[in-house]
Amino acid sequence: MPDLFLDGRPLYVANGTSVAAALALGADGCSRTSVSGQRRAPLCGMGICQECRVLIDGRLRLACQTLCLDGMHVQTRP
Amino acid sequence: MNEGQVADVIIIGAGIIGAACAQALARRNVKVLVLDAGWHGATAAGMGHLLVLDDNPAELALSQYSLQRWRELAPALPASCAWRNNGTLWLAANAEEMAVAHSKYLNLLAHGESCELIGRTALHQREPELRPGLEGGLLIKGDGILYAPAAARWMLDAPNIRQQRAQVSEVDGARVRLDDGRWLSAEAVVLANGIQATELCPELPIEPKKGHLLITDRYPATITHTLVELGYVTSAHNASGPSVACNIQPRPTGQLFIGASRQFGTVDPQVEGWMLAKMLKRAVEYLPGLAHLNGIRAWTGFRAASPDGLPLVGQHPQRKGLWLAVGHEGLGVTTAPATADLLVAQLFDETSPLAAQPYLPQRFLGEPAHA
Repeated sequence: MPDLFLDGRPLYVANGTSVAAALALGADGCSRTSVSGQRRAPLCGMGICQECRVLIDGRLRLACQTLCLDGMHVQTRP
Repeated sequence: MNEGQVADVIIIGAGIIGAACAQALARRNVKVLVLDAGWHGATAAGMGHLLVLDDNPAELALSQYSLQRWRELAPALPASCAWRNNGTLWLAANAEEMAVAHSKYLNLLAHGESCELIGRTALHQREPELRPGLEGGLLIKGDGILYAPAAARWMLDAPNIRQQRAQVSEVDGARVRLDDGRWLSAEAVVLANGIQATELCPELPIEPKKGHLLITDRYPATITHTLVELGYVTSAHNASGPSVACNIQPRPTGQLFIGASRQFGTVDPQVEGWMLAKMLKRAVEYLPGLAHLNGIRAWTGFRAASPDGLPLVGQHPQRKGLWLAVGHEGLGVTTAPATADLLVAQLFDETSPLAAQPYLPQRFLGEPAHA
């Protein structure tokens, strides 16, 4: 069971859970805040729309294309 | 079916050129109808780089005058236009390109342009993320950037301008036929529809030049100037085959906008992987840190290129009532205000703020058939 940190809060998820799913389970479902201050969330779920860009362990990744791992730090409001 | 006179002037094309012409006319109390088919044009696709180019005296005169006009307009531009006066830094990779930078510097200086030659060490103080070993550069201080679709929308938002989504199927002097068969007429028709101009005027010598673009995700700012390689002038610009050149623009959002590629003989808008890869590889050669950033969108656009690289601005010599403002290639955003001033001066039969002759359509279409 991966034990990750979502905006600093610990979250336990099932094996094989994507970061996009973890965002929905443990936060407001959003991955980032846009230039104009809007919260943005995963849309296509298949790595095309780029809406689910999120900071994972200091690098921008796509939440829908990344599986949760033990000790992972996910930040939606860096 | 004839609708009669619908406006003083009908402009075909709501891109940056059509919008600038409409704004300039509207400010003189001319009633303008702007027709646009809603197809993707160069204004929406391009980088919005405002720059002085000096490949020839006519290009320099046009871009320099137009940049001054943009600087005058800047205080009135809404924030969405993202106008910035961040300067262009032309990069010299070797001694040969540094010599080009030097002659460009002397030429621009002689024309009153604010610029500065930058040596190896100073280059890395200005832009530390550039790869080591570059010879130097030339900084053009008056250059800038702009989000052109927003600027076009702002220009068109005026009391004397009416906009209509419509496809024009035929032009006949000062009247146009829409694809639903209706004829609309005016005192003058202005053709400002970029690469689509040849569909209405097959005699125009305008050729599409395809370009690829990519934009990255938002990151903390690493560069401040628009970075363009001088090879853009010395090789890629003059090549006839597919070519790429490093062109990296920092956006106010923290994104990096990356170009540029050139391809002839195609109107297929598909992003081509091999071309995009070639273009990005070139950009990474200058800015190695790019390789660690994510690109979030890639797309293409088409520049409307004339044989001598200068636009056609003026009345069509054989079609009285039809005026041309086309063929701006990759410089349409820069030269839009100058184009508008040139066109308006000719329409009103006034002295033009800069010599109109190098841009007259006659140079390709022959002498006027009408009196």
